Amino acid sequence: MYFAGLDVGARYTKTLIIDGDARVLSKKMSTSGFDNNIISKNLLNNLCMELGITLEEINKIGVTGCGKKNIDFANYEFSETMVAAKSVFFFNKNVRTIIEVGAEESRVVKLNSDGRIIDSVINEKCAAGTGTFVELMARTLEITLKDFSELSMKSEKKIPMNAHCIVFAESEVVSLIHSGVDKKDIVRAVNDAIASRIASMARRVKVEAEVALIGGLAKNSGFVFSLKNNLELDNIVIPDDPEYMGAFGAALLTREL
Amino acid sequence: MLMGKKDYWRWSENVYIDRNKDWRQGEIITCGIDVGSVSTKAVIMVDGSLYAYSVIRTGVNAQENAKKAFFPMEEETGIKIENCSYIVGTGYGRINIPFAHKTITEIACHGKGASFVGGKKIRTILDMGGQDCKAIHIDEEGRVTNFLMNDKCAAGTGRGLELLAELLEIPIEELGTRSFDIDEEPEPISNVCVVFARTEAYGLLKKGWSKNKVLAAYLRAIAERVSSLIMRIGVEPEFFVSGGISKNVGIVKRIERIIGLEAVKVDIDSQIIGALGAAIFAKALYEKERGII
Amino acid sequence: MIVHYGYLDASGEYFITVDDSKCSVCIEKGCIKACPKSIFMESENDYGEKVMMVKDEVRKMLKYICAECKPSVNRPPLPCVTACPYDAITHSW
Repeated sequence: MYFAGLDVGARYTKTLIIDGDARVLSKKMSTSGFDNNIISKNLLNNLCMELGITLEEINKIGVTGCGKKNIDFANYEFSETMVAAKSVFFFNKNVRTIIEVGAEESRVVKLNSDGRIIDSVINEKCAAGTGTFVELMARTLEITLKDFSELSMKSEKKIPMNAHCIVFAESEVVSLIHSGVDKKDIVRAVNDAIASRIASMARRVKVEAEVALIGGLAKNSGFVFSLKNNLELDNIVIPDDPEYMGAFGAALLTREL
Repeated sequence: MLMGKKDYWRWSENVYIDRNKDWRQGEIITCGIDVGSVSTKAVIMVDGSLYAYSVIRTGVNAQENAKKAFFPMEEETGIKIENCSYIVGTGYGRINIPFAHKTITEIACHGKGASFVGGKKIRTILDMGGQDCKAIHIDEEGRVTNFLMNDKCAAGTGRGLELLAELLEIPIEELGTRSFDIDEEPEPISNVCVVFARTEAYGLLKKGWSKNKVLAAYLRAIAERVSSLIMRIGVEPEFFVSGGISKNVGIVKRIERIIGLEAVKVDIDSQIIGALGAAIFAKALYEKERGII
Repeated sequence: MIVHYGYLDASGEYFITVDDSKCSVCIEKGCIKACPKSIFMESENDYGEKVMMVKDEVRKMLKYICAECKPSVNRPPLPCVTACPYDAITHSW
């Protein structure tokens, strides 16, 4: 039995195939591009080749993400909230709050002890509270996302970021660089800024432990550190592949249908 | 991301002198300087009527901007800062005008300036600047009765338009007219955020849309957004538009369509309204100090 | 004068509106103490009236700062609005 999960995000498309026992057999991601359908199909074909199977051998395909409507070969569509709840709870039954930070939207989902969604909030359409903010700031600072995470942890100084809009923040970062502020402190300021925005959104649903963080930004340990500080948490649960949790949730839900 | 090879974002600086007047013949010379985030404007009034103005790009050296904006007028007419009886500073950088006698908020200055050039019937003012957007209501004295300012988000500001000009490789001063060079008005693009809108616009170009059509869709989205700011304070005739973006007919015409009201047209550079208002305040303040009125 | 503090961004409109003509007659300004985030202050507006103003440094982050008073379900009355006897304060979201 093969079930495929597709997560067509604003920036990246993530896809994976699981077997009947919910084991991940293979996974792949690429930028979403402008033709979501073709990119997704190519990714899935690559996965099939890796596993030595054909596309037809996949029993069912489930899709999620903001580009899900553009996919014409999937059997099921799932909301981003549902797949997040499904996949995180599958890994850890103690999670009550899921924070997801994607490229173009971020959301907080509240679960009860059965893993049912009881509340959720979303921040969308404004880059100030999303992963794009970090990505563009990294580009402005001319450092990789990996360095971004490491540098942030080395900073011991808190400097404020006054601009909120990503466009104005970019000018602010440029002038901070010109005035000789250490890059690591700027990086930390960026992580602190985005963490404080995400944290206050999370407070609207009353954060309850355990808290899980998913989405690409979970790999940025500087951001995780800032978020922990802001929410006054000792621990944040981060799955091994935080960026694949949407696709995994879609595959899990497909398997059950 | 601002600096493209051809500088499509670059708008031109300018200076204007009313050659029918001579400042040396005037009694009260007042000056208003509006230090904005993107442009700095200086206005000289002689006995309460407009004599000269100058618009320059705001530079990185905060202390120098006001002086630099004044200088083109000095070059043309020989007038010096010391010749001004009273100087009022306004705008986001108003604290950095060492020679200003007083500073006044740009909201109050825009109200005063718009009422002066547009007439006493002006009630609603929209000011679209480099990094902010303001909607203001005034009474017949030019006194502010209701206002809001949006300076948090780049959408609907000059900076947002500069980025669009770069993306489409169209000089910023042609954006407005070219947005009407289309067969049919497209739906507005769905993203308001400048960064996401840029991705969306790029996608539309890839899909085969003409640059002008993408431009129209983008400007319509900005117009809808700015209109919602005006509607928050209420649309009351007559309507006046100022600020750098007011020169973009592509946005102004679309806003007029949405709110159902045409803007009062004046033959003065609408970028200088705030500085003009400051110069008007300067005259009143000077007269008050001297006990003239 | 009616003043709208806050902003509009792609995610929504976040304005706290203060009617200075109502606010200026209030001596107490109970709203200032009522706010758990201390976002208000008393100051003079352009026309010399003593009014409550939203502090400059928080104007661009109201969505985040006010979030705790606005839970996603069962929202209680807002402390600042409740504290104002003149109905001078309104929130747009």
